Amino acid sequence: MADDKWLYEISSKKKLLDLNFREIWRYRDLLLLFVKRDITTVYKQTVLGPLWYFIQPLFTSVVFTLVFNNLGNIQTGGVPPFLFNLAGITAWNYFKECLTKTSSTFTTNQGIFGKVYFPRVIMPMSVTISNLLKFGIQLVILISFYIYYRASGVTIAPNSHLFLFPIYVFMMALLGLGMGMIISSFTTKYRDLNVVIGFAVSLLMYLSAVPYPVSEARGKFPEYVANLVEYNPLTQIIEGFRYMILGVGTFSLAGFVYTLLICLALFFIGLIIFNRTEKTFIDTV
Amino acid sequence: MGIILKAKNISKQYRLGLVGTGTLSHDLNRFWYRIRGKEDPYLKVGAANDRSETATENYVWALRDINFEVQEGEVLGIIGKNGAGKSTLLKILSKVTSPTTGVIKTKGRIASLLEVGTGFHPELTGRENIYLNGAILGMNKKEIASKEEEIVDFSGCAMYIDTPVKRYSSGMRVRLAFAVAAHLEPDILVVDEVLAVGDAEFQKKAIGKMQDISKGEGRTVLFVSHNMATIQNLCTRVMLLNNGTVDIVGKTEKVINHYLKKFRNEEVVKELSLRTDRNGDGRLKFLDYWFVNASGERINIIPSGITYKMVIKIENTTAFALKNIRISVGIDDNHERRITIFSNDLMNQEIHFKPNETKLVKIFVPENPFQSGKYHFTLFTSIDQQVADWVINAGLFEVEQGDFFKTGRILPINQGNILVTHEFQ
Repeated sequence: MADDKWLYEISSKKKLLDLNFREIWRYRDLLLLFVKRDITTVYKQTVLGPLWYFIQPLFTSVVFTLVFNNLGNIQTGGVPPFLFNLAGITAWNYFKECLTKTSSTFTTNQGIFGKVYFPRVIMPMSVTISNLLKFGIQLVILISFYIYYRASGVTIAPNSHLFLFPIYVFMMALLGLGMGMIISSFTTKYRDLNVVIGFAVSLLMYLSAVPYPVSEARGKFPEYVANLVEYNPLTQIIEGFRYMILGVGTFSLAGFVYTLLICLALFFIGLIIFNRTEKTFIDTV
Repeated sequence: MGIILKAKNISKQYRLGLVGTGTLSHDLNRFWYRIRGKEDPYLKVGAANDRSETATENYVWALRDINFEVQEGEVLGIIGKNGAGKSTLLKILSKVTSPTTGVIKTKGRIASLLEVGTGFHPELTGRENIYLNGAILGMNKKEIASKEEEIVDFSGCAMYIDTPVKRYSSGMRVRLAFAVAAHLEPDILVVDEVLAVGDAEFQKKAIGKMQDISKGEGRTVLFVSHNMATIQNLCTRVMLLNNGTVDIVGKTEKVINHYLKKFRNEEVVKELSLRTDRNGDGRLKFLDYWFVNASGERINIIPSGITYKMVIKIENTTAFALKNIRISVGIDDNHERRITIFSNDLMNQEIHFKPNETKLVKIFVPENPFQSGKYHFTLFTSIDQQVADWVINAGLFEVEQGDFFKTGRILPINQGNILVTHEFQ
């Protein structure tokens, strides 16, 4: 029998980007079932159920408003500080959830990964998708407060950049997924990163202009910190997100393109590293 | 019929010991060799996979240069001692991990069953888990939907199908999981010893289903098991692994016999009193055994039909008198199937031990009922239902043909291994 008719090959050779998109497509039902599982099981046997989705951002916004705006006197450009913080936190939460949940992909799923093969990337992808539900719910709260503030006479209005909204969500997903995949790959062998991720994420929030606008950072931070904040792609995403719904802050096309490129780059780097790891991680995890 | 799967020079290296700073330095070293375009330096070292030897190197070859081919539609059994590399090979075949060197080429989709119920979520209902588990095993929604009824039927859990799986008994969970797995339709199915689950009725059903899959539907199956009887039932060809290499591949009967000769006797040659692989609290200890014929002479080979005694030397290791003792000898044929047991319990006979007494317990057999061949036995004793000593595969005896029926006729070969006195009327 001719050797060229083989359908599959299992070997140790690693290609740089060995992604079999056809295979991922074949497993699309699995992706959807994982999403469904995550959504239906997350708040089983809790009393308040999905209400927890509301509580966390509301309390955080209240605390931020008290600390940063009342106490720290940060200016939010005429927008009610509470709404300003809620918008930032809503966007940040989605990124954070994607990052922290995907960064433990290999370690939390080693039981199932050790017994059966499917394209491993299905797992972090499903996490990113099922988190959209939580994001959606939190968006509903944001919109409710938005309407409430408008009704009570505050002049806020979304602007024409709102059509970029899906792209912003997409960028957050790419960034969370990309970074999460990189971290999860390294944690299979070296658990040190697991320890780091917990506090690194909360520190990153302060470098991503969540509780303050970029203009404040420019004015009050030392030069190099302000640069760090501004070149952080997350800052661009959060600032852009607030710009299109609240009309405060800045938006530049250059910044937007820069962010998109960084997100795509990190996503592909993550994908490559993840793919290299998935072949042998079960031996080292 | 052609070759559907071909493995060439498959090797798998593992690092012994812990992951620590040493790993990092080895990783860096490896990386340094790679960017200069050189071969991985650690592939040149590594000891053969022999569990009992003291480790002398940091790396071990769990598999070394495995070559084999699988014909379309055949059921290939894979056997070997614990740690021979069976599971590693299965993991490589099912793409859970990749080989260190070598290539496996296949012409079909492989689905693997290394465990039943992988990915079952306790909060989801049985039906939801059928879909989830099916998708994990590689089916799509349409395929599962078309088989849903069959799966529910086969599992016998129809009543509970819309109840969360966490409310299931462990047996029900296994039944449902196996039902999903059994309805997979890949070109090549890789199965680990998952049949050793569930109650006897379900096991029979499961093995029957495996037979259907392999014989009826002509599917290619790779099957790993320790149970020689199952292997013999299902497999057309068997591969024996030993210390990470292929020892022998061939017809089922031939390989199984080779395996049993080679490894079973390894255990048995050790003197009984020196065996350390025993269970129980040790209040009683089996020291030795032998066989004597009717005139009291020791015999090594027992002809069928003769009168003999089995003598077992047992020590009471305590300073107390012991009573309420059960002693049994479980006799297996050379396919590890239990044939019968001798037990004082069955015969309603009491045995006592005085403090520190070493006693010869004799079992009288008026007519040796075994057909010629080798028989292994397991020794077991308990005091008040508490296991005192238990040695699996404690010894063996050989039976040669004898005039059991007192007619000069003997049982033809392959007509069983038990002889029963009978009369046609």
